[in-house]
Amino acid sequence: MIRFDRVGKTYLGGTTAVHDFSFTIDSHESVVLVGTSGSGKTTLMRMVNRMVEPSSGQVLIDGTDVATMDPVKLRRRIGYVMQAAGLLPHRTVLDNVATVPVLNGKPKREARARAADLLEMVGLGRDLGERYPSQLSGGQQQRVGVARALAADPNILLMDEPFGAVDPIVRAELQKELLRLQSDLGKTILFVTHDIDEAFLLGDEVVILRPGGVIAQSGTPAEILAAPADNFVESFVGSREGRRALHVEEKDGERIVLDGAGRVAGVLR
Amino acid sequence: MNQLLLALQWLADPARWSGPTGIGVRLLEHLAYTALGVAIAAAIAIPIGLLVGHTRRGRGLAVTLSGAARALPTLGLVTLFGLWFGIGLTAPILAFVILAIPSLLAGAYSAVEAVDSQTVDAARAQGMTEWQILTRVEVPLGLPLLISGVRLASVQVISTVMLAAYIGNGGLGRFIFLGLNIQDYPQMLAGSILVVALALVIDLALRLLERVAAPRGAARA
Repeated sequence: MIRFDRVGKTYLGGTTAVHDFSFTIDSHESVVLVGTSGSGKTTLMRMVNRMVEPSSGQVLIDGTDVATMDPVKLRRRIGYVMQAAGLLPHRTVLDNVATVPVLNGKPKREARARAADLLEMVGLGRDLGERYPSQLSGGQQQRVGVARALAADPNILLMDEPFGAVDPIVRAELQKELLRLQSDLGKTILFVTHDIDEAFLLGDEVVILRPGGVIAQSGTPAEILAAPADNFVESFVGSREGRRALHVEEKDGERIVLDGAGRVAGVLR
Repeated sequence: MNQLLLALQWLADPARWSGPTGIGVRLLEHLAYTALGVAIAAAIAIPIGLLVGHTRRGRGLAVTLSGAARALPTLGLVTLFGLWFGIGLTAPILAFVILAIPSLLAGAYSAVEAVDSQTVDAARAQGMTEWQILTRVEVPLGLPLLISGVRLASVQVISTVMLAAYIGNGGLGRFIFLGLNIQDYPQMLAGSILVVALALVIDLALRLLERVAAPRGAARA
């Protein structure tokens, strides 16, 4: 369980990234923070592994304030996937995946053997292990990033717009893969994105942020879509443009689903 | 042209290459002084440069101090230190150390600074300690730039080490100062040619080392 207890973050120059944020993420649940740039979503996520220190309030993991933990040990037990994959360019894919277990003192051979299994688990061939990151496509690098985050079998996964830099087809593939992994592994996932469709797809619960880390609305995707809290949420999820308000029209004996603007969204079976 | 020919003739005489005051010994002395000066300077400047690059602090101070050190005339320093420490190796080596520090310092901090900040951020987020980030990420990725600092410093020192002979030491400077004293210009010129050749050879060798040190997999131009 991860609990944000009235956290705030003001940077040295006086910019306030997060005002006063409280939220609880239950174990084995995936929560997506979604907002535009300046919403403080990445800042909030990085507080969990102490890559950012809150100026006020606490972040607790299973009841323990992370500020009392050693940041290096803390980070090694939390998986972290970032947008640009962030792989070490001078190390092979296999060594990249084995990074944390090796740091934790696991023998290299053992760590590499497990890394090869992980590559398979994220849908990559074992033969890619000897390559360098620059020899992989963006989507493959992202998969390696996920494998690396899973290598030490952490309970918590932090994912910072991990699929933001790949093309839509690969993104859809990666999203599907993540859902499959999550149903097998049941990690506690904190996922950050600016893409509301991605948030609705991946989140058990979705937190829509206003600038400054203010929660506009939180809930399951169904709850948010059924009852958007205000205009901000409505326009963020696309209800205002009528993208989410679908209606059915009969045409040639088929029930066609249309959105508010009259564009075809699908067929009702 | 005649002088150059005479200098080459001077160099071509095999008798001059052997013996305790021969070209061979002087070359080795020259290299040893260079290595000593660069090594001492590296022991001082590289740790500081890496620290500046890693913490991104004190860069302004480092740049100012290296700029100031670059502006110091080495001949003046050798003379000054010579008056201070007397005849011997201390004075010139000290001057060479001061000469070598700016390039080494700049090489070290730019090596670390050139590493993609996203890569460093990711390494930290995986749970590397600051020391592990420095030794396993920043130094291996920045190694070519670090070596290019060593190369620049070495070449500068090689061209300046002849000043060691100015206050009674060995090195290729012996031929230059001896030639100057007895107005033997071919010998002077031969000494200079040797210094230039040595500088070029060391420059080339370290350039090759830079290539070899480039991290595999890192697609960098």
